[in-house]
Amino acid sequence: MGDAKPRRPDPAALEPEAAREAFYDYVYLRDNPNGIFREYWYHSSGCHQWLVVTRDLRTHAIAGVEPASCAGVEPAS
Amino acid sequence: MRYSAFSLIKNALSGQRHWQPAWRDAVPRDLYDVVIVGGGGHGLAAAYYLAEQHGITSVAVLEKSWIGSGNAGRNTTIIRSNYMLPGNVAFYELSMKLWEGMEQALNYNTMVSQRGVLNLCHSDAQRDAYARRGNAMRLHGIDSELLDRDQVRAMAPFLNFDDARFPIQGGLLQRRGGTARHDAVVWGYARAADQRGVDIVQNCEVTGIRITAGKVQGVETSRGYIGARKVALVCAGNSSVVAAMAGLRLPIESHVLQAFVSEAVKPLIDTVITYGAGHFYISQSDKGGLVFGGDLDGYNSYASRGNLPTLEDVCEGGMSLMPMIGRIRLLRQWGGIMDMSMDGSPIIDHTPVEGLYLNAGWCYGGFKATPASGFCLAHLVAQDSPHPVATAYRLDRFATGHMIDEKGSGAQPNLH
Repeated sequence: MGDAKPRRPDPAALEPEAAREAFYDYVYLRDNPNGIFREYWYHSSGCHQWLVVTRDLRTHAIAGVEPASCAGVEPAS
Repeated sequence: MRYSAFSLIKNALSGQRHWQPAWRDAVPRDLYDVVIVGGGGHGLAAAYYLAEQHGITSVAVLEKSWIGSGNAGRNTTIIRSNYMLPGNVAFYELSMKLWEGMEQALNYNTMVSQRGVLNLCHSDAQRDAYARRGNAMRLHGIDSELLDRDQVRAMAPFLNFDDARFPIQGGLLQRRGGTARHDAVVWGYARAADQRGVDIVQNCEVTGIRITAGKVQGVETSRGYIGARKVALVCAGNSSVVAAMAGLRLPIESHVLQAFVSEAVKPLIDTVITYGAGHFYISQSDKGGLVFGGDLDGYNSYASRGNLPTLEDVCEGGMSLMPMIGRIRLLRQWGGIMDMSMDGSPIIDHTPVEGLYLNAGWCYGGFKATPASGFCLAHLVAQDSPHPVATAYRLDRFATGHMIDEKGSGAQPNLH
């Protein structure tokens, strides 16, 4: 379900110009690494849980899985 | 050497001993006017047009593997210019016109076969959408016809006309669309560029981009440092990896697209047919194999291979549309790395780094664009201003709100 790294900016915490920059970055720009990647998975045909899966994009080998709610993804700055 | 009927006969009569290599295995020089990173169809086309249109011959194409080993060697060969949005229509038609003159221009048989591209429609709404697209094409002087059910049946009687859930109502036909031999396009552009002085350097991976005071100086490679006044990144699915060397993040995700070829059979499908009720497109190669594909797998990948659920889904689409292929055996299946942009449309633009240009974001539709992509990138690099038909392909269009979203899917790369 896509990159788990982007954090939605808080528009209230930013000046309009900075908010525009932050939202542009959040919506459109991606690291797109050729290697280890953390992404959301959604168990749509089972428990309906959201997960963060760590997968190597070169080989599809999965290095780890954790529930998205306690995944410890980097907090928004 | 020039290919001709005379050269064929002459070489046949002398034991095929006098053919010359189609391009030199060039040793990279210390400095070029232009370095093109990426030896696929687009990069080689750009090198050819830089030399042929703009007289710029101090050009090197650097390819980390062998030329055409990426998406140019993996696509389903379809060429067409049946786009609708203003930013796209004229660009793809330029490409179509370049396809039509290509074999004469390059003196190379790229097997351009204008056998038609037929997009089927299965509902009133879809037929109306196709009529709108067909009219948009005609307003730009591009050929298009809206066929009704009987006309489609006359063209392709083997289609499933009994499906009550997704009945074939008709289709949009572009007769000038069709297929071309993807490897030959790479080789044709490579040979023609080489003949004009372009250095084609294979097994040369770019590992860094040297920038001083915001201006590009050259590239670090696996074969040493190469200086360049201008550098163009034409790396398709690897665009983000190479752009990161210049400190740039792109509006691109790399996704896997699979493609398939069946065993060779006698002539069966004499045009390109796309399914309107599922993502499935098919044609038949001159060797006889059915060449077909469908949707992306839907997740980020650089592995150049996909998984079986997608294979099953694509085959289901094929079976729904033309049940006659059910007994044919699948011969080969592979994947590529698609540079999926955030609106499904490409980028041919400057970057914030002076002298560094970007050509990327072709999603899974890059093959048909090969000639125009090279032509317009060459124009941009040579003149520092975009070609008139490519002015909408800006890198900053996502920030300024000028997206070209043919599918209307929004900023979801896996849906484009």
